[in-house]
Amino acid sequence: MESLSQKQKEFRAFKSLSNFSTANNANYYLLPFRFAALNTEREVLVNEVGDYLMVPQGTAQRIVERRIKQEEELYADLTANFFISQTPVPPLIDVLATRYRTKKSFLDDFTALHIFVLTLRCEHTCHYCQVSRVTQDKSAFDMSYDHLDKGIELMMQSPNPNVTLEFQGGEPLLAFEKIVYAVRKAESLARQLGKQLNIVICSNLAPLTEDILAFCREHGILLSTSIDGPSNLHNANRKRLGNNSYEMAVKGIERARQVLGEEKVSALMTTASRSLDYPVEIVDEYVKLGFKNIFLRPISPYGFARRNVRKNSYETETFLKFYKRALEHILAYNRQGYHLVEDYASIILRKILTPFPVGYVDLQSPSGLINSVVLFNYNGKIYASDEARMLAEMQDDTFCLGDLNKNSYEDIFYGPKAYEIAQNWSNESLAGCSDCAFQSYCGADPVYHHATQGDMAGYRPDSGFCQKNMEIIRYLLELMDNDQEVLAIFSRWVSNC
Amino acid sequence: MTTLLHIRGIARGINSPLVGRVTRNINKETELSYFLLTPNVDTKTTGHYIGILTSQQYEPTAQSGLPVVYRLATLSHLEEGDIVVVSPEGNVNTLYRIGSRHNTLLLTERCNSNCLMCSQPPKDRDDIPYFVWLYKKLIPMLPKDCRELGLTGGEPMLLGDSFFELLELLKSELPETELHILTNGRLFAKSELAKRYGDLNYRRSMLGIPLYSDYYQIHDHTVQAKGAFTQTVSGLYNLAKYDSRIEIRIVLHQLTIPRLVKLAQYIYKNLPFVEHIAFMGLENMGYARSNFELLWMDPVDYQRELTESVMYLITQGMNVSIYNIQLCLMPEELWPFMRKSISDWKNIYLDECQNCSKLSDCGGLFASSAKGAHSKFIKAFNS
Repeated sequence: MESLSQKQKEFRAFKSLSNFSTANNANYYLLPFRFAALNTEREVLVNEVGDYLMVPQGTAQRIVERRIKQEEELYADLTANFFISQTPVPPLIDVLATRYRTKKSFLDDFTALHIFVLTLRCEHTCHYCQVSRVTQDKSAFDMSYDHLDKGIELMMQSPNPNVTLEFQGGEPLLAFEKIVYAVRKAESLARQLGKQLNIVICSNLAPLTEDILAFCREHGILLSTSIDGPSNLHNANRKRLGNNSYEMAVKGIERARQVLGEEKVSALMTTASRSLDYPVEIVDEYVKLGFKNIFLRPISPYGFARRNVRKNSYETETFLKFYKRALEHILAYNRQGYHLVEDYASIILRKILTPFPVGYVDLQSPSGLINSVVLFNYNGKIYASDEARMLAEMQDDTFCLGDLNKNSYEDIFYGPKAYEIAQNWSNESLAGCSDCAFQSYCGADPVYHHATQGDMAGYRPDSGFCQKNMEIIRYLLELMDNDQEVLAIFSRWVSNC
Repeated sequence: MTTLLHIRGIARGINSPLVGRVTRNINKETELSYFLLTPNVDTKTTGHYIGILTSQQYEPTAQSGLPVVYRLATLSHLEEGDIVVVSPEGNVNTLYRIGSRHNTLLLTERCNSNCLMCSQPPKDRDDIPYFVWLYKKLIPMLPKDCRELGLTGGEPMLLGDSFFELLELLKSELPETELHILTNGRLFAKSELAKRYGDLNYRRSMLGIPLYSDYYQIHDHTVQAKGAFTQTVSGLYNLAKYDSRIEIRIVLHQLTIPRLVKLAQYIYKNLPFVEHIAFMGLENMGYARSNFELLWMDPVDYQRELTESVMYLITQGMNVSIYNIQLCLMPEELWPFMRKSISDWKNIYLDECQNCSKLSDCGGLFASSAKGAHSKFIKAFNS
C-alpha cells in the first residue's frame, strides 16, 4: 500500500500550463491562408477550408513577421483554426484534409441538374429575354420527342444518384404534352435505375390550368416562377398581351400553393434596369406574397452589357447599391421576427459559416458547368449551362458540348470542349483568384468572362463577376463583424432551423 | 437522496469473490445464483443460494457449507434483484441496482490521463483482470429490460481486447439496452481500434468523449497529458469514419470557460458529426477538491459564455444538454437544455431548495457539494 500512496503523490504533482506547449521557440510555421481588408480598421483572415477570423488591420503582417506571442489569445485562435502551427506539418493535418474534402464533396456525384428547353415559344415578351419567340409554329421551336428521349437517357447516365429534370422555355407549359411524356419516361427509367428524380418546371404560370396542377401534384413537381416586384414594375419588365403578367403569376402562385403546398412553389426575381430604383418595394412585395425567400439576382450580362467594360462596371456598382439597400430591408424584416432569407447571401454565408459543401451552379469552384448542370436545347444541341445557351441565341456557340443526335455521353462530358472549359473553371488556379481571400466563398464563371471579356479565364480587375462577388462577400462579413444580431440572423439563414 | 453502495461484514466460507442477485424470499426455487438477505439466519433456511448476507451479529452455526457474511450494518439499501459482489474480506459491493437508471460498470481505475478535475482519481494498480472476470460474471445476470447502462473508468480502452470481449457480451446479452461509454478517446487515434469498435456496429452504444478546449495546450493542461488533444481529435475523426455515435463532454471551470464559445464553434466546424454535446457543471470530488482554487467558478459567473455557446450550437442544429447545474443559476432560455443528470445515489438538494416551486424540474446538486462547494446564488423559486 505504501507504493500505492507514493504513486498517488506522483499523480498529484500537477504540471502548469506552460509545460504543455509544443512550440520549440518563439517561432511558428504558417499554414496556407489568405487575407483581405474589410474596411479601414479591420481585416479578415481565411484559411484553406473557409474558416475566418476578423481581426484588426495589420494582423496578417504581424503573423507573417512572427510577431504573435504565445501568450496572446490570437496565438491560440490562429493555432486552433489552422492558420499557424507549432510544427512544420500540423499534427491534425488529416482533419484539415477531411474538411477540405467535405467542402468540395459537391463534386462527388457529378451532374445533377439537367435543363430541357422544351420550346422557345412564349406568350410573354420580357424585354430582358433573348430567347423567346411568339409563334404558333410548334415544329420550328419545340423539342422533338426523339430529342427528349435522348436527353432523358443521357440524364440517366449521370453517376449522380439524385438527378433533377428542369423544364425551361420559352414557356414550357405551352408544350405541356411534352412535359407529360418526359416525366413519365424519366420516372420509369429512374425507378429501374434506382435514382432519385426531382422535377422542376420554370414557368410564368400564365398558362397554368387545373389539369396541369393535378399532374404536378401527382408527380411531386416543383413550380418555379418569376416575380420581379410590385405589379407596375413586374408588368413593365414582363410584357404580355393584356399587360397582366403580374396578376396571372400571383393567381398561379396562390392556386399552386393550395394544390401543391407552400414548399412546392418558389419565385425568382430578375433585376432589370428599372428595378434598380425599387429595392424596398420589391422586398415588400415578396413579404406581401408570403414568401420566406427572395433571390436578388443581378442583371444578366448576356444582352446590353456584353463586352462593354465601362458600362458593365457601372451597372455592377448600381446593382450593388440596390442589393445592399434591399438586404438592409430584408434584415429589418428579420429583426422584427419575419424570417425572410436572401438566397444569394445565404449561399455565400453557408460557405462562410458552415463546414458543409455548397454546390450552387453559378458560384462554385470548379464551376457548375458540366460538373453540376447541363442543358439540352430545343433543337437538340447541348450546352454547359443556361447562360451558355443564351450566348448561343446570340450566335456564339463556344459552350456547345455537342448534339443529342450525334454525340455519346463520353463525347459530351469528357470531350475536348469540356476539357477546354475545365482549364478555366477553378478559381484556385485563376490569376487574381488564386490568392484572393474570398476564394473559398466564390466561384469561377468561364461563360460570364467569355461573354463580357472574350476570354474564359477572364481578367479580374474589370470583371463584373469579381466586382460583384468581392463586394457582396466583404459586405456580408462586415455586417457580421459589426453586429452580433446580424450574425445571429445569418446563422439562422444557413442552419435551416 | 444518496444511496449506500458498499457495506462490510465478516465473511465465512468465501475463498474468492462471489457475484449474485439478492433476494429476501427464502423459498426461492431457481437455478439462478441468489444471495439470501435475512436479519436472522434460521436453521431451516435452505435453497439454492450461493450464500447468505445477514445483519445478525454472531456467526451462524447452521448451513455450515454455505458462504455467509454476517454482522452487516444494514441490508435495507438492497432491493430484490439487485446484484452484488461479495469478497472474502466481507465486502458487499452493489454492482447493479434494479430500481435505478444510473447503473455504471467501472472497468478499471487506471487511466492514461490525469485530469485536474477528475472526480474519481486514477489508481495505478492492475485491476483489469479482476474487473474483466467480474463483469463476465455480471453481464449475463443483468435484467434484459435494463434501459441504460454506463461503462466508465479510469480509461475503459486500457482493457484492450477485453474491452471488446465485454462489449460483444453486452451486445448479445442486452440488445435493448442503451450503452454509454465514458472514454477520453485518446486510444482511438489508432485507427485500427476505431475500426474494431465500428465493426461491432453496436448502434445502442454511444461514446462520451471529453474535449476541453479548441486549443491543444489548454486541453492537454486540463487532462495533464501532452499530445492528448491531438489524440482525442484524431480519435473522434477515426470514430466518425466508422459512423460511431459520439457525445462530446465539456466540464465547466476556470480553464474551460475563457474559450468556451470558441470551443463550441470548433465543434460545429470540425466535429459536426457528433450526436450530442454535454456541458457539465463541476463535481467537487477527488482532484477537483484539491484543485479547487484553480478550477472553481460560480455558474452564475459563466452564464454569458454558456448561453452563447449553447445558443450557437442549437442554431446550427446541434443537440445540446447542460448537466449538473441548478435551474436558479441559469437564464430561462437555457432551461430547456438542463437535465436531471446527477446519478441518484449521489444526488441531493439543499435546505434552501425544499421550498422551491421548481424543485421537481431541477437536477439538484452532487452530494459532494453539500458542504459549501456550490454556488452562492442558489435560491428557491417562489410559486
